[in-house]
Amino acid sequence: MSFSWMAWTLPTAMFFLTILVLLIGMSIWEYFAPGGSPRIGILRFETTRGDRLFISLLGAAFIHLAWLGFIGPNLWWALALAVVYAIGVFRFV
Amino acid sequence: MEKTWNNKAWFLVLPVLLLVAFSAVIPLMTVVNYSVQDTFGNNEFFWAGTDWFDDILHSARFWEALQRNLLFSFIILILEIPLGIFIALNMPKKGIGVPVCLVLMALPLLIPWNVVGTIWQVFGRVDIGLLGYTLAALGVDYNYVRDPVDAWITVIIMDVWHWTSLVVLLCYAGLVSIPDAYYQAAKIDGASRWSVFRYIQLPKMKRVLLIAVLLRFMDSFMIYTEPFVVTGGGPGNSTTFLSIDLVKTAVGQFDLGPAAAMSIIYFLIILLLSWIFYTVMTSSDADA
Repeated sequence: MSFSWMAWTLPTAMFFLTILVLLIGMSIWEYFAPGGSPRIGILRFETTRGDRLFISLLGAAFIHLAWLGFIGPNLWWALALAVVYAIGVFRFV
Repeated sequence: MEKTWNNKAWFLVLPVLLLVAFSAVIPLMTVVNYSVQDTFGNNEFFWAGTDWFDDILHSARFWEALQRNLLFSFIILILEIPLGIFIALNMPKKGIGVPVCLVLMALPLLIPWNVVGTIWQVFGRVDIGLLGYTLAALGVDYNYVRDPVDAWITVIIMDVWHWTSLVVLLCYAGLVSIPDAYYQAAKIDGASRWSVFRYIQLPKMKRVLLIAVLLRFMDSFMIYTEPFVVTGGGPGNSTTFLSIDLVKTAVGQFDLGPAAAMSIIYFLIILLLSWIFYTVMTSSDADA
């Protein structure tokens, strides 16, 4: 079965592998600490760690888009900012 | 409460997972792959990096289409939600009028989107359409093919005609679920019609109203078929919404890379807005 029509590239494959690793990591975390550790953070509504991952990934996408739109195509700093943002989300949201 | 673990349940979920994988995840992955490459067909691709995203983010055409989408959704919500509540409040709650009204309300929802577009395209024509011809006979300068304002009015009225029924039916379902005891208590207290609406009916409709707002916002934000059939995105680009622009780029110009990048940005905007609405809905449920 050929997947050439999907036009895979190494960077996009790595991107999706990262997402997959994150999901597997979250599943392992859930296995060892079930319940999703719900809490009410600075956004004043309850979030589980799955919600926090979603907020992190969605925010990361918009950080990259904003960086690309306002600053330029070098996205390494955007990636660093997205990681800091994700840490902040997991710590405070 | 102790959680029950039954891993066999995963086998029952597996068909749905496979279906979602083939219908959503794999196409989405392919779009991401296309968005960083250029192709001229023949299954040959050339690396483009973030160029298409850069182009889209700096494209006036994209931002104008997005603004039109937001404006359209805003107008649709401020028209359809109050109108839907008003009609639901005035619908009969018992007797033969109930099934008659419900069937009448459900009729526009049963008509396929492209047929709705065709109906309004003919209806609004100045030469043969009932609306266009009548307005012309009354001396009103109406022509949705030529005038952007007329095109917008036509598309908005068409959407209001097509989808207000959904809001009505949802609100009506919320209203009929209110026990009579509430109204009796209000009557004993001498509550005005406005107070009954403000303190009994509106709070009880809150949940269905949030669903109505969510559905109408998402649907109007992703609107394609009706305006495409009626105006084709014109006159000029005045009714070219993001979805129409996307199809023009992908199918009309065969620019698959830029179209894929635009799809991802469009998808992210919808995802963000859906999440905000979902959060508002679930937070309000938790408060209730």
